[in-house]
Amino acid sequence: METLNYLNNGHGLKSWLLTKDHKRIAVLYLVSITLFFVIGGFFAMLVRLELLTPAGDLLTSETYNKMFTMHGVVMVFFFLIPSIPATLGNFLIPIMVGAKDLAFPRINLLSWYIYVLGGIFTLVAALSGGVDTGWTFYTPYSTAAANGHVITAALGVFITGFSSILTGLNFIVTIHRMRAPGLTWFRLPLFVWSHYATSLIMVLGTPVIAITVLLVAAERALHLGIFDPSLGGDPVLFQHLFWFYSHPAVYIMILPAMGVISEIVQAFARKNIFGYSFVAFSSLAIAIIGFLVWGHHIFVAGQSVYAGMVFSFLSFVVAIPSAIKVFNWTATIYKGSVSFDSPMLYAFGFIGLFTIGGLTGLFLAAMGLDIHVHDTYFVVAHFHYIMVGGAIMGYLGGLHYWWPKISGRIYSEPWAKFSALLVFTGFNLTFFPQFIAGYLGMPRRYHAYPPEFQVLNVASTLGASILAVGYVIPLIYFTYSLVAGEKSVNDPWGARGLEWEIPSPPPTENFTVSPVVTEGTHQYVHPSQEVGLA
Amino acid sequence: MPDPHAEHFPGRIHQPPLVANLEAIQPHDQIELPHHPKLQHHFDDMAQQIEASTLGMWVFLVTEIMFFGGLFAAYLVYRHANPEGFAEASHHLNVTWGAVNTIVLIVSSLTMALAVRSAQISAPPKTQVAWIGATMLLGATFLGVKAIEYADKFAHHLVPGPNFRWEGKHPAPAEIFYSLYFCMTGLHALHMIIGLGIMTVIGIMALRRTFDADYYTPVEIAGLYWHFVDIVWIFLFPLLYLIGGHFTE
Amino acid sequence: MSDGQGHFGHAHIAPASMYYKVFGALIVGTILTVFAAKVDMGALNNVVMLLIAGTKATLVILFFMHVRWSTRLTWVVAAAGFFWLLLLFSVIGDYISRGWVPGTLR
Repeated sequence: METLNYLNNGHGLKSWLLTKDHKRIAVLYLVSITLFFVIGGFFAMLVRLELLTPAGDLLTSETYNKMFTMHGVVMVFFFLIPSIPATLGNFLIPIMVGAKDLAFPRINLLSWYIYVLGGIFTLVAALSGGVDTGWTFYTPYSTAAANGHVITAALGVFITGFSSILTGLNFIVTIHRMRAPGLTWFRLPLFVWSHYATSLIMVLGTPVIAITVLLVAAERALHLGIFDPSLGGDPVLFQHLFWFYSHPAVYIMILPAMGVISEIVQAFARKNIFGYSFVAFSSLAIAIIGFLVWGHHIFVAGQSVYAGMVFSFLSFVVAIPSAIKVFNWTATIYKGSVSFDSPMLYAFGFIGLFTIGGLTGLFLAAMGLDIHVHDTYFVVAHFHYIMVGGAIMGYLGGLHYWWPKISGRIYSEPWAKFSALLVFTGFNLTFFPQFIAGYLGMPRRYHAYPPEFQVLNVASTLGASILAVGYVIPLIYFTYSLVAGEKSVNDPWGARGLEWEIPSPPPTENFTVSPVVTEGTHQYVHPSQEVGLA
Repeated sequence: MPDPHAEHFPGRIHQPPLVANLEAIQPHDQIELPHHPKLQHHFDDMAQQIEASTLGMWVFLVTEIMFFGGLFAAYLVYRHANPEGFAEASHHLNVTWGAVNTIVLIVSSLTMALAVRSAQISAPPKTQVAWIGATMLLGATFLGVKAIEYADKFAHHLVPGPNFRWEGKHPAPAEIFYSLYFCMTGLHALHMIIGLGIMTVIGIMALRRTFDADYYTPVEIAGLYWHFVDIVWIFLFPLLYLIGGHFTE
Repeated sequence: MSDGQGHFGHAHIAPASMYYKVFGALIVGTILTVFAAKVDMGALNNVVMLLIAGTKATLVILFFMHVRWSTRLTWVVAAAGFFWLLLLFSVIGDYISRGWVPGTLR
């Protein structure tokens, strides 16, 4: 007689598609986000194949433009932004605050349907011929001249934005109003703090890109003049409005991953986080200061030099809370009882690669240097170090860490270690050469390049192939674990947290009655005091 | 059935439980305590439910502030760049219609607030419906006036695009002004229409005797939305209709 | 109850007369702003107009939307919304500061 858990409580498509259970919604998101990751990866593959040779011989320039555009649009809006919050956040936040569900379960389900609808619009745009504006939709090209289905793609982004807004709204209300008795703010897991900060950005920033892409669509369809220079419109205004959201958006992508790392580092060093309140407040600081730096994307586009100086200074400031986290994770690991299970391998990868990505961000924040490397592969390498070396590694680490909780199964640890190493190797081989190529002058978004850059590009494409294999293997062993993996106990890792107290997989209601919490969820008992506990 | 406290990885000993009340984490049948019929099961009590709902609507309104905010920011930039052009373009808007609509919306906010109050004091359903109906009537009036104004713009070639014609000194800023006019008032009107839809649902619920002093959350949060739409217009009216000091009667 | 912090802010039921008084103030504000627009006060016109609109909005928020009797969290959320709106408006800073750094193009 199988015990009732959220996975077997109700069978059939309707019980999944009409569910109000945050855990099932998280699984729905997991499946759709994985699908979009594969689609975005497909576009990346075509880009890297074209760049094997200096000549533009695989794709026409127009098609190549569509490939990197669709890669960006799909990866940013349909993979990175929802990834951790919609899967791990949805699954864990109610459990971590001791609640039975999020504040608004039906809105949670609605957010998934909105995400799928936006995805359909974007796929229709892709299949009808694609968009070639870059994921940044810069005007006046996007409004007046672009070849392709700009309106459909812009509407797809617009619609999906509401999914993000509703998720953030749900998290904010849940964390404020549904914490269990005794669960004060400073007893919350850092995963919750980072998602709270992320939700602030989702709620405050996403509406601005919503209105901006709507204006692009309206201008293209109705020939309004808001960004049209021939009527006195200002393309730089578009960039201001676009980046007002899109810079904080990158913090939407990284903050949840940082929350994951905080959890993993404590579990696998078996030690409380060093400087809990600093790490908690640094999430808020990143979220808030992140709204003050958007102009660093517009240094060379026509913004005033004075504004550039202000934005440059603030961009240096925003690095400080990130650095605080890196120092605190390191101090946590120091003198901990460290084990190198696969989640921890991803965490180590994150800490190193995020540091490199963040440092190169500081290089770009220096206006003088930015003039030289703007629109080169240096920028491409910088943001991939953060997005892929950082965010995706955090996502994978979190998936591995909480997989036993979500699925009730243990995956193959040797294969997990192997693919983590493949990902790390492949990633660095893909993107480190791009720093060099960019610094030496190779522009981004070009399908042909001077022959002296070929070696770097071949190395990069080789790395991308290895990286792709590293991403495919987890798909296989996770799926395999679902059918033939060993069943998990409540707490396979010996970790601390409300989620590890309940069964794997959890029952639909999470808790029978509200748990009463008496201490911080991160108070790890030192191994020397563990004698007699088991 | 594996022992929930067994070790999976050797040497990884289970941490002591976090919760003071262990029954929270024991598998158990759910006990259904007596509660208000409208209490959703994931909330502890009605107070938590109304607090969460109200906070949720406020957070949503913040997103709406930022949504309209993009248009206001564009307005700010272009008016700063073209002060005379915007003033000249604004002269063609009919201040009387704009002022009438402002009054209409303010009255509708009053009736909306009184509708919420009528639910709070458990007034008879027909009183609640009367206030809700009055609000909707005023909202529809607003939209009617906007339709008249839009028709006038179409007739005078003031719709941006290939048919735009401007006789004054600043044609390019005028076209931008009217682009913003249509986007801002159009988005506002769309929100008004959605508001009417929401109020229809609320009206039907009130007719069915759903609301009283113990439960009026949907009316309250519908009211918040309605007042927000009013506030947007409170700013739109002077910014669009009253620039430059001259206006047609 | 989640953490005992917020209480049932909607227990406060204002008398109908309060709503009518606020309504009166809003109408007065509307009439004022129309007539103030006819008087040429130069740059002050914008200030007066925004002050009146801001006051009207504040009245609606405090009384019609019950923020006057809501939890501090509600107040913070509403304030944060307007603060972020002002942050978005700081875009104008780019346009105003063009030419401020001598020897540069912008």
